Amino acid sequence: MAKSSRCALITYVTAGDPEPDATLSIMRSLAASGADVIELGMPFSDPMADGPIIQRASERALKSGTTLISVLDTVQKFREEDLTIPVVLMGYLNPIEAMGYANFVEKAAAVGVDGVLIVDVPPEEADEINTQLVTGGLDQIFLVAPNSSLERIENVCKFASGFVYYVSVKGVTGGKSVDAEEVGAHIQQFRQRLSLPIGVGFGIKSPESAGAIAGAGDAVIVGSAIVEIIEEHRLDLAVMQQRIESFVTQLRLALDSARMV
Amino acid sequence: MTSDFSKMQNDGSLPDSTGHYGVYGGKFVAETLMAPLAQLEAAYLACIHDAKFLAEFDYDLTHYVGRPSPLYHAKRLSDELKGAQIYLKREDLNHTGAHKINNTIGQALLARNMGKRRVIAETGAGQHGVATATVAARLGMQCAVYMGTEDIQRQSPNVYRMKMLGAEVIPVDSGSCTLKDALNEALRDWVSNVDDTFYIIGTVAGPHPYPAMVRDFQCVIGREARCQSLHQIGCLPDTLIACVGGGSNAIGLFYPFINDREVRLIGIEAGGYGVETGRHSAPLNVGRPGVLHGNRTYLLQDEDGQILPTHSISAGLDYPGVGPEHAWLKDTGRAEYFCINDDAAIAAFHRLTRVEGIIPALESCHALAYANQLAPEMSPEQVIIVNLSGRGDKDMEALASISDVSL
Repeated sequence: MAKSSRCALITYVTAGDPEPDATLSIMRSLAASGADVIELGMPFSDPMADGPIIQRASERALKSGTTLISVLDTVQKFREEDLTIPVVLMGYLNPIEAMGYANFVEKAAAVGVDGVLIVDVPPEEADEINTQLVTGGLDQIFLVAPNSSLERIENVCKFASGFVYYVSVKGVTGGKSVDAEEVGAHIQQFRQRLSLPIGVGFGIKSPESAGAIAGAGDAVIVGSAIVEIIEEHRLDLAVMQQRIESFVTQLRLALDSARMV
Repeated sequence: MTSDFSKMQNDGSLPDSTGHYGVYGGKFVAETLMAPLAQLEAAYLACIHDAKFLAEFDYDLTHYVGRPSPLYHAKRLSDELKGAQIYLKREDLNHTGAHKINNTIGQALLARNMGKRRVIAETGAGQHGVATATVAARLGMQCAVYMGTEDIQRQSPNVYRMKMLGAEVIPVDSGSCTLKDALNEALRDWVSNVDDTFYIIGTVAGPHPYPAMVRDFQCVIGREARCQSLHQIGCLPDTLIACVGGGSNAIGLFYPFINDREVRLIGIEAGGYGVETGRHSAPLNVGRPGVLHGNRTYLLQDEDGQILPTHSISAGLDYPGVGPEHAWLKDTGRAEYFCINDDAAIAAFHRLTRVEGIIPALESCHALAYANQLAPEMSPEQVIIVNLSGRGDKDMEALASISDVSL
């Protein structure tokens, strides 16, 4: 994700929601309708940084038998069709620790994962897993929050590669709506300290809010709003894909027109 | 007896400056919580070296909680067991009926000093929720308590108490609808309201500095017990026994004895229907290390690292993790951890009630049941201190339903 005048679109879905086989089709829809990066949630039983929408998605995914191995299998199948769009895995540390860091990194790199975001691993706890990810040639994406000091952001820079995920609201995923002006002002403050592109996520629910935030960072991240479509149409994959495609297309248009103004 | 805060800090070694106990502990949280945790740590370290704060905490422990709690010689029980002398550390006599209040007073005073107007808490048995609602009422703070819907059902008297005290009890129906899910939800609340909200964690778990801070506020139990042993018995006890869910009453009793190497430290986890059935809450006995709720510790988890549902007759022990310092004490061998099943805990409940006229909390009954097993193997000159961490009034309904009695 290079810095450019175009605002990139990062889309999140929970892998295995509503069931493992659906994810490949959903990834195709995301890629076809204008996503620049696909973030794939690795479901965890206790997703403490996520709001109810992604919690329920994780519960559905686990109930339908999704495991970290099945998530990696899905990426492998997707890579047989699409070699270009970056795939980032997002989740919590414990399932990765259960698989073993080295084992996880080796498999993830082999199937074509580009980066990994582990929500509950701040830079202070990142040494061990980061060494493995770097060895495997994978980017480690870190969160930066509205209350992160400049000192902390410099700390993040020691380990971060790929892009930095700016959490636009203090809260959980899918929660409060984002205040574009506030976010823009804060990002301006630390932008010169960061050489990496900045993705802005949490609380971006509609094409309008995506358009409003397009100027603040290099990418906009939308998750819960897409997962909500999956939940609503979980019994009809064809309709679900249609709705996702139309929503992502609108997001793409909103970002493009915002940048042209 | 004062709390003697000069000895409140440990011998200095653990946790280390990054909040770890060996490989355990740490701060495994999303970035948004890192700044509030740093603020909390700074405020906490300032307070525990501040004479004014310590004097206020001591005053409240004495005049509001009713400390020191007695060390009671359970003579009839000891005679029946024909072995070691059993002494009970009577945390059940504290205001609100359990050890939980020691910690909530400490954290609420800290919250007030930090200018927070709202406190939140998670609760299992409801004891920590009641203790939090109590101090919130006293300090005029807004209070929300997260509680799993299953626990709300089995601990309804405590739910009513919290509401009477002015707290909002928020039902949690995600996951297994018990303590771990209440903790997830409280963390979500905190991350969404960090500016005005203080999260009062009830046990020695969670991200650093919580395990150390809760331990330091609970250590008054062990400091008193050590002093009382020397005065009343004339020697240190041979063995300490405490139940372990998250492990705050156990660490509070154990910690001041850590350097008394001759004193055996025994923690008792909830064996539920038996560890062989998979329906229990015994991570130190049969779990393996992992990361949950901000720290690395022993967890009940499946092969894929998903957290397993737990079971215990006592809601306060129904948790898939355990405080990181217990994980470290287990690995170093300084403390030993065993299980007691539901039925043995219930038997211990009836025995203490009938023989000593003391109605214990089901959580504490796990420690009592183990003492009942161990005492006959020891000599009458030896001493066991059992931490009677809470009283059993809250469990009447659960016990009645087991015996098919309607109240």
